[in-house]
Amino acid sequence: MPNCQETLKELELFLDSELPNARIQEIMAHLTGCNDCQGAFEFHAELRTIVRTKAKRDQLPDGFTDRLLACFEPQSESE
Amino acid sequence: MSAKEQFTSEAMQYAPQLFSTALRMTRNRSDAEDLVQETYVKGWRSFHTFQEGTNLRAWLFRIMTNTYINKYNAKKRKGTEVELDDVEELFLYKRLGSIDQSQLSSSAEDQMLELFTDDEVKGALESLPEDFRIPVLLSDVDGFSYKEIAEMLEIPMGTVMSRLHRGRKAMQKMLYEFARERGLIVEPVTVEGTGE
Repeated sequence: MPNCQETLKELELFLDSELPNARIQEIMAHLTGCNDCQGAFEFHAELRTIVRTKAKRDQLPDGFTDRLLACFEPQSESE
Repeated sequence: MSAKEQFTSEAMQYAPQLFSTALRMTRNRSDAEDLVQETYVKGWRSFHTFQEGTNLRAWLFRIMTNTYINKYNAKKRKGTEVELDDVEELFLYKRLGSIDQSQLSSSAEDQMLELFTDDEVKGALESLPEDFRIPVLLSDVDGFSYKEIAEMLEIPMGTVMSRLHRGRKAMQKMLYEFARERGLIVEPVTVEGTGE
């Protein structure tokens, strides 16, 4: 099983879903028994959620969809 | 269904995501609108080259990323890569976690994160130099894999990983500054000259 240092080193790969399944299991096993690392992982997972949701709430400008759709009309080719 | 109907019905659903990312890339509403429009124009023109069954969303983001890099930032690309300050590992966690460890449960730390406003999160992302901002946007906001980002930016996967790592740490530092400015975090009293 990985130690704390090895576990924290793979925090980003873990949260990015870039680790092989076997390694995920090993990390999970460490987290189950280690409150410190578990706290760090949960914090960063939450931070990801916050960034993902809060940086995505931009409304499309009024009429923008129509402006995009007009791009597919032949006469707008000369734009 | 005609090719145009197919493109319209499948590609238009991604307009809000593309627009959000375009705003973070260009940091300017009118440039973001133009960038998304250009993405759709290019996408439609080359739709015949799109392989059905592959990822249309990734394909559109790739067009947008390339368009942005080539057009909106052609001048700056000539310069060398901007360096970021080296930020300590787990920067934000260590600070939010150390406010008062006896009283803050991990759920309280999570609530701290909720206190960040949309504008602060967007501001932290937009503060990153472009070489770091784009990979962080494509990963943290849009959820693309290292491999997809490496293909979009035409850089090695190892470079994607190191830029994500450094960009995320810099973003955490910026969020910390916002929290301090707003008084969400009171810096622990430290004695001068004790290091750390």
